[in-house]
Amino acid sequence: MLLFAAVLALAGGGARRIVVAPGGEVPTVAAALRLARPGDTVLVTPGVYREPRLEVTVPVTIIGQGEAILDGGGAHEVLTLRADGVVVRNLTIRNVGSSMTEDRAGIRLDRVRGCVIADNHLLGTFFGIYAARSSDCVLSGNLVEGHAAAQTAAGNGIHLFSSRGFTVSGNRIRGHRDGIYLEFSGHAAILGNDSRDNFRYGLHFMYSDSCEYRHNAFTRNGAGVAVMYSRRVTMTGNRFEDNQGAAAYGLLLKEIKDSRIDGNVMARNTVGLFAEGVDRSEIAGNQFLGNGWAVRLMADATDNGFRRNRFEGNTFDVATNSSTSSPSTFSENYWDGYTGYDLNHDGFGDVPFRPVRLFSVLVEQNEPLIILSRSFLLDLLEAAERVAPVLTPETLIDSRPLMRWRRS
Amino acid sequence: MTSLTVFRYELQDLRRSRWVLGYVACLLLLTEALLRFGGGGPRAVLSLMNVVLAVVPLVSIVFGTMYLYGSRNFIQLLLAQPVGRGSLFAGLYAGLAIPLAAGFVLGVGAPFLWDGAGEGSLAGPLLMLLGAGILLTLVFTAVALLVSLLVDDRAKGLGLAILLWLAATALYDALIVLAATSLSDHPLELPLIGLTVLNPVDLGRVLLMLRLDTPALMGYTGAVFERFFASALGTALAAGALVLWCAGPLAAAHRRFCRKDF
Repeated sequence: MLLFAAVLALAGGGARRIVVAPGGEVPTVAAALRLARPGDTVLVTPGVYREPRLEVTVPVTIIGQGEAILDGGGAHEVLTLRADGVVVRNLTIRNVGSSMTEDRAGIRLDRVRGCVIADNHLLGTFFGIYAARSSDCVLSGNLVEGHAAAQTAAGNGIHLFSSRGFTVSGNRIRGHRDGIYLEFSGHAAILGNDSRDNFRYGLHFMYSDSCEYRHNAFTRNGAGVAVMYSRRVTMTGNRFEDNQGAAAYGLLLKEIKDSRIDGNVMARNTVGLFAEGVDRSEIAGNQFLGNGWAVRLMADATDNGFRRNRFEGNTFDVATNSSTSSPSTFSENYWDGYTGYDLNHDGFGDVPFRPVRLFSVLVEQNEPLIILSRSFLLDLLEAAERVAPVLTPETLIDSRPLMRWRRS
Repeated sequence: MTSLTVFRYELQDLRRSRWVLGYVACLLLLTEALLRFGGGGPRAVLSLMNVVLAVVPLVSIVFGTMYLYGSRNFIQLLLAQPVGRGSLFAGLYAGLAIPLAAGFVLGVGAPFLWDGAGEGSLAGPLLMLLGAGILLTLVFTAVALLVSLLVDDRAKGLGLAILLWLAATALYDALIVLAATSLSDHPLELPLIGLTVLNPVDLGRVLLMLRLDTPALMGYTGAVFERFFASALGTALAAGALVLWCAGPLAAAHRRFCRKDF
């Protein structure tokens, strides 16, 4: 394909290089884009270009050299891609300004495919990168930094609407409403991004089937990460850390089917994993460390398997609003609260572990009782409840708890 | 001056008593074991929190009453001398509370010091733990003093002491659970804060919990508590309540001591 393009370029007299420089032969990016033919490269030399509403309508490569800054002047979009195969690299785009009526973006992808947006800085753009009805593009290594002071004035860092097959990798996103927002966008790969200090979700995900997230870090976001109404989602090796607040979750799952959540670390969140209406999913090899609630499992979550997870230092390991049965299974997890024994030395405890504490049931029914956390009385009641469970769900047990944590 | 002499004598007496030494040794052993085998510093502090909240009041009140009953003859002897009752009382209390508090600080603090676990982010919670332990020691030795002066019968006094400890650590919380579950339709945050402030053990627990259990407490209700106890009013109220818990029984005991016919 590349070879073909190169041959084509040679045949057409070679791809040209158009150099944009303030005071030069081509002083504006807009002028360069008017001159450009398919396959050309637009080289933007250092300088501040106050040119809002640039439209790219032919497949060109736009590369910034040093500090090439495109300034939106505080009230306009900057770059809109309307051609397939456009490459935008190493530009700084800033000062788009927020709006209540339009979703202005630093870089907008409108009905395109095969574009590459890499290594750009998007600073104080209302929406960083906004892709609508596009497919098979790569967004990688960008720094997307919002400067809004409040959620109402912030847009999303990377916003995919009704787009397919995107790769979003190695971006650093902060200070936006949602770090990465996917809506009706299937088959996306979200890899190695760092999304932190956003007002709402580090990653927000609606109606987007068959996506995968690997090795991302989501830190100190207002409400953590939300993955909703999707099927076949793979979440592997991500870190969810320090998402604390009244409605903050490391990972909030709602109406998720047939998904895999494995090898993630959830540390110091108010709620590590919140699962509502999650079905037929596997939660394995994750580490829940020092969360308020490691897992909150709603009664409508069914047929999920929790295997080989590590629960350590959480105030509550598992909480549920169901008192009778557990529609999900727990096995071979490591629980730091486990006090059983292992007579045959196979590495698994011989007596089952009940991860739902009496206290978590009490708090579930009556939240202010959290003030009794670590009370001596509750330790006594807990011991009694363990001998003869009355209030805690009888079937929510791990019958083969790991004696020692090890990665399997 | 006289109270200092009494204090010094009592210090010697206590040093000879194997009780305080045993107390320090137990705390040393426990803290060291928790630090070594309990999965590191933060979890050791959490486990120690239970010790501080249950064991420190128990030892303070039981040992305090027993010691005071034991030294009844010594007190009577001193009272026969030209010694002011007020200064004798001050010496008695200081001589009892200070070695216990110092023993606690030594027993819990030393392992952190020589294991180097009390540095960095753990320094705050550890200091808080030590502070809570000292305050609880002061409160419960004051209560012990009052009990030993109010009840002349040694067995009854000891029984009352244990009952008071049980009330503060467990029964009181049981009442809170009962009240909260029967009134669960009402907003309970503020009443619960009020009830917590009224019990020194609960107060110590909540202050420690706010430092150690933050993720769980960042929920809505937790945020209410956090905001209250982190505010100037809350801190003043909490500190005031603990001081009152120390000063109240002490004042009553002092009054009783000055008027009592031994």
